[in-house]
Amino acid sequence: MLVDIRNLSIAFPSATGPSLAVREVSLSLGAEKLGIVGESGSGKSLTARSLLRLLPDNATVTADRLEFAGIDVLGASERVLRGIRGKRAGLILQDPKFSLNPVMTAGAQIAEAFRAHRRAGRREAKAAAIDLLAQVQIRDPARVAGAYPHELSGGMGQRVMIAMMLAPDPELLIADEPTSALDATVQAEILRLMEDLVSRRGMALMLISHDLPLVSHFCDRVAVMYAGRIVETLAAGELARAEHPYTRGLLECLPTLTHDQARLPVMARDPAWLA
Amino acid sequence: MIAVQDLRVRFGAMEAVKGVSFAVPHGGAFGIVGESGSGKSTVLRALAGLNADWTGRMSVAGQALGPKRSRAFFRRVQMVFQDPYGSLHPRQTVDRALGEPLIVHGIGDADRRILRALAEVALPAASRFRYPHQLSGGQRQRVAIARALMAEPEVLLLDEPTSALDVSVQAEVLNLLADLQAARGLTYVMVSHNLPVVAHLCPMVGVMQGGLMVETLSAADLRAGRTAHPHTTALRALSTELEEA
Repeated sequence: MLVDIRNLSIAFPSATGPSLAVREVSLSLGAEKLGIVGESGSGKSLTARSLLRLLPDNATVTADRLEFAGIDVLGASERVLRGIRGKRAGLILQDPKFSLNPVMTAGAQIAEAFRAHRRAGRREAKAAAIDLLAQVQIRDPARVAGAYPHELSGGMGQRVMIAMMLAPDPELLIADEPTSALDATVQAEILRLMEDLVSRRGMALMLISHDLPLVSHFCDRVAVMYAGRIVETLAAGELARAEHPYTRGLLECLPTLTHDQARLPVMARDPAWLA
Repeated sequence: MIAVQDLRVRFGAMEAVKGVSFAVPHGGAFGIVGESGSGKSTVLRALAGLNADWTGRMSVAGQALGPKRSRAFFRRVQMVFQDPYGSLHPRQTVDRALGEPLIVHGIGDADRRILRALAEVALPAASRFRYPHQLSGGQRQRVAIARALMAEPEVLLLDEPTSALDVSVQAEVLNLLADLQAARGLTYVMVSHNLPVVAHLCPMVGVMQGGLMVETLSAADLRAGRTAHPHTTALRALSTELEEA
């Protein structure tokens, strides 16, 4: 099992005592594609980031087990964590505009990631960067390698991010809303690309998103989070068979092209879901 | 109510909008869809008077629009932006945000009007003296809509009004916009990249690509797949593909 989480809770201090952002979440992940879906504040990003121990300083994390490839992440030293972060588990964030270094060329950033995790010379890293850009289906990799982030479109930027994360050949890719800043056409391209790369390299993928239909299209399993808990886990093809009223509500409140509705159903949040 | 003919907008050497025409009847809703950079927001901003460098003809309520707009225009036409975090002043209370259009347009009776506006967008009266950071994203967008309604406009220009919101909140805001339109007889022009959202609110939809409006069709035709332009067909396929999954 690549990822094994048992009873993970994450709390933040507040004026009225600790407030729980993630409550007793358990999940495990092998070489598969898992989607984590939830709305703002449901704890989906915190859950994924806890695997890399990339949480704000004031967060209190407790778990019976929080393991990545057999390594206890909670007890690990910074040195051990460096062997995970970026090397064995890559993280792709929402907007490449903010996650790429604006004053380094795309190629230099990928080469830097390559050299940080592998023994390689400058020339070898540069060649690897161009090869990686070709792998993320950039038509003119040599040109893009020499381009600065502001010269790239959102979709191109996200491809560069993916190439950078693939450089150390990780076992797990965590993608936190990787396409929500992109156009629908580009969104589909990027997700298809990620799906393809993940399957071909036998990697695991954790795809975090607020878009339930999108995620179920590209993942094997989907975990739905609400108020810090996983309320339901579904096989991706079984979305129509969702039982939890929150999952049903998420699906029903989406306007669709296929059915015309005068009013959209609005979700009635049941306090019992919090229990 | 709104007529746009051969609208062209340029930014320096780049022509962002290359001759766009459409018309919206009184009380109607027109949606503009397209990808980033297709010029859809530029059309809306030119219509709102936020971009003076345009050519062509535009009129609202039968009055031709020039590069400079009258005070009456700004009372008649209001705009709601995508990001309620960016469009509300972080250090002004909801009360101040809603009161400002009244001061600008010399409308009295502020107290009663603010309370009524809050009720109309289903915000609790207690939120009147809150700051934007004390509200959720959906509540903030409701404040932005309430502010746009303060001057009692006839036209609302909506620029991606729900794309920064969670889907459950999006449903609430779309219902609110539909209710307000029915109650006040408002005319909407909405820009969005989300086809289902546009088709839900707007009976007529214009599809933009590369600064041109490549197709104008009814929402019913869009739903049924009676599309003429390949770009419309492609955009529709992307939305329906996910729905069928």
